[in-house]
Amino acid sequence: MTARRSGGRGWALLGLTPFSAYVVLFLAVPTVLALGTGLFDGDGALTLDNLTGLLEPAVLRSFVDLLWLSGLTAVLGAIAGALICFSLLGTREDGWLRTGISAASGVLAQFGGVMLAFAFIALIGIQGLLTQWLLRTFDADIYEGGVWLYQVPGLILPYLYFQIPLMVITFMPAMSGLKPQWAEASATLGGTGAVFWWRIGFPVLAPSFLGSLLLLFANAFSSYGTAAALVSQGAPIVPLQVRAALISETVLGRENMAGALAIGMIVVMVVLMKAYSALQSRAERWMR
Amino acid sequence: MNRVGIEPRAVTRWLILGVIGLLMALPIVAMVEFSLRGAPGEYTLDHWTGILDPENERKYRGLFEGVGNSLLLAVVTVLIVNAMLVPTMVLVALRFPKLQRWLEFVCLIPITVPAIVLVVGLAPVYGVVSRIFGSSIWTLAFAYGITVLPYAYRAVRAAMDAVDIVTLSEAARSLGAGWLTVFFRVLVPNIRRGMLAASVIATAVVLGEFTIASLLNRENLQTSVLLISRSDPYVATIFALLALLFAFALLVIIGRVGAVQPRRSSS
Amino acid sequence: MTASTPTGTRVQFRAVTKQYPGHRALDGVDLDIAPGEFVALLGPSGCGKTTALRSLAGLEQITDGEILLDGSDVAATPVNRRDMGMVFQSYSLFPHMTVLENVEFGLRMRKVGAASRRTRAEEALEMVGLGVHGKRFAHQLSGGQQQRVALARALVTRPKVLLLDEPLSALDAKVRVQLRDEIRRIQLELGITTLFVTHDQEEALAVADRVAVMKAGRIEQIGAPEDLYQRPSSAFVADFVGVSNRLPGTVSGGEIDVHGVLLPLLAPARPDGAAVALVRPEDVRFAAAGVAATVLTTSFLGALRRTRVALADGTELAVQHGTEVAPAEGAVVHLAFTGAPVALAD
Repeated sequence: MTARRSGGRGWALLGLTPFSAYVVLFLAVPTVLALGTGLFDGDGALTLDNLTGLLEPAVLRSFVDLLWLSGLTAVLGAIAGALICFSLLGTREDGWLRTGISAASGVLAQFGGVMLAFAFIALIGIQGLLTQWLLRTFDADIYEGGVWLYQVPGLILPYLYFQIPLMVITFMPAMSGLKPQWAEASATLGGTGAVFWWRIGFPVLAPSFLGSLLLLFANAFSSYGTAAALVSQGAPIVPLQVRAALISETVLGRENMAGALAIGMIVVMVVLMKAYSALQSRAERWMR
Repeated sequence: MNRVGIEPRAVTRWLILGVIGLLMALPIVAMVEFSLRGAPGEYTLDHWTGILDPENERKYRGLFEGVGNSLLLAVVTVLIVNAMLVPTMVLVALRFPKLQRWLEFVCLIPITVPAIVLVVGLAPVYGVVSRIFGSSIWTLAFAYGITVLPYAYRAVRAAMDAVDIVTLSEAARSLGAGWLTVFFRVLVPNIRRGMLAASVIATAVVLGEFTIASLLNRENLQTSVLLISRSDPYVATIFALLALLFAFALLVIIGRVGAVQPRRSSS
Repeated sequence: MTASTPTGTRVQFRAVTKQYPGHRALDGVDLDIAPGEFVALLGPSGCGKTTALRSLAGLEQITDGEILLDGSDVAATPVNRRDMGMVFQSYSLFPHMTVLENVEFGLRMRKVGAASRRTRAEEALEMVGLGVHGKRFAHQLSGGQQQRVALARALVTRPKVLLLDEPLSALDAKVRVQLRDEIRRIQLELGITTLFVTHDQEEALAVADRVAVMKAGRIEQIGAPEDLYQRPSSAFVADFVGVSNRLPGTVSGGEIDVHGVLLPLLAPARPDGAAVALVRPEDVRFAAAGVAATVLTTSFLGALRRTRVALADGTELAVQHGTEVAPAEGAVVHLAFTGAPVALAD
């Protein structure tokens, strides 16, 4: 019997090609194209015009608004999500409560987009359930100062609606990693419940919490569907600027503006990811 | 005597879950309420029954096409994940462990590159794609495969980490199995749960995808729902609810499937 | 920390009961631990031994009865003021603190000044042989080292009682023995009253002054290791405290007839009839004549050898003997009994 050299290294390498080709074609090429077009004008000549276009007041404003919207919903979502994770401590991991909440979180975190716009129009639109109920019952008009649902402030609640579940999904493993022994050890050594959380619970959770927070920020920052369906006028946040640029390439007298916006977004995302990995390596001192 | 432990009191637990749960339930309740609205002050099931009414067939044709397209896209995306990503992950784990970190890096890139950025560069790529494959809807799954990459990778990776696939395959090889047998009869059954999870997540992501379809002018569930909401917001809401319910059911199933897996407990 | 005279605390359990919904974990436990004494709670999982220890720590609230420290009831004293030093099974070190910070934690809680805190923590680490590892984090230590740190952390505050909740069960056999002996050495040195929970009989017998065997929420028997081993009060204890052969026989008049050999009973007040005797491997010998048996396997255990044989009726039993004899597998041998009193299986 001769040894069959099946699966030699060459054949194995060949096995990597379909995926590599796929990733190159549909991830690398589009990313490079998206970023690259920002550096060229309509005639294919290198230009910085598109990038300087990022400094236009309306564009700049859309970055600023998106940043605070992302920051606000990330912080609030992280806190609310962490509270849910905390409240699930001590419940059975395979019980109906946990499976139900994690399934619901999975759906709501992924399912943002267009549907969220409908949900919030049905709830707090002008004819919305809550709007009308508040008006009838308390004579309180949430739109006294103007209808804000279709502008940037109107995005806060819908964004929170996918941020909270995302936090639950990403933070639950860290929260479950808190060992009851730590609380018991702290107590037998003389620590109160407050001491435990202050000196052990929060510090241990901090890196994961901040990591999740950054993920939430990135999530809001790159979200498009909800805003596209909800915001009716103008392009108050960057993804809507991208849409405007894609739909009407030449309106600003500048082609490839979408590419420049893409560069702007990627810069923010890369900074976020750098912050994330810096955070990870700092925490690694005591994490495995 | 004070309580010791990290668990919340029952009161605290139900207060948190109750308040946040109620707030989270409100928009969905509002959607249900909205879908039942009839003449002012009245509720009716007409919007629900109207969906299947043959009279409205023309009106809702686009919507059903969108649903069909999304389901087709989900199937193709799941195929991409299981027939391309999974074998690659296995191959790298077994033969090129040094590439492990690179594969992970590549698979997680789509978190950093938002769909809205990707779509800017996808437009010219699809110009080429439609010349090769034609402009039928399923080609969009190539792009969706990329957007689900981080989720799918993590799900499969978790399953692969739970079993030592290197040892498993060495054991199978030493018993005389060929590579194909190793893959299909030894490895796949062991990481099946991860593949299932990846498939379900991929399905959920595809059904919820709007950005790429919308900006590439393709028709899927989300774009057609948005389109019809301009003329018939009720049916749009109903479809949103149904889609939510469908995805929830999918994830509950995966949750339960995950729950029955044997755990190594040490207590 | 210098050696001190035994000034330990007296611990008393009086009719302590702990009722969980649908399950009684402790069912009237009475236990008196003398100052400076080392008592092991031994039993299978679910017997209530850990609940007893946690009740003393204040981590569980007892349903009935009382627990006294030096004569005073501790019911009203919360965990964090009960002054117990506790070592957990595993993973109890705070992961984000260095070894030194972990050990200092209890002193910090007692508002000990920074300088003295540092000195005392270093001394405690020195005592467990980890003086140079102060700057490390838990995950950089081996399991055995982690438990040493946990021990130092529990002892540095000079607690009234040292509570050990299966501290060795997650460790390798060799480290387990080493650390077990070291715990005993330190305990004797400090003269601290110690309660040690374990399911490993060898461990319990090796280190404790007295061992309490628990079953279903009750203390089945308590006594010095020798007592327990030689005079088990029940089949449960006999079974749990050592490896036993089960030999069917017939009881008559305070003795049991096993394959034609009469063995005295530990508890002779027993009605006549069929029963199963529990005979220790070291109470069976090879002899020139006696009960015939066939050798199945034999294993070398260092100082001695253990051989499994089968009797004519198929009953298998273990014989423990010196290494000078090495019976061949399949050989026919003859067995005799030392005649030590035996317990009967239930």
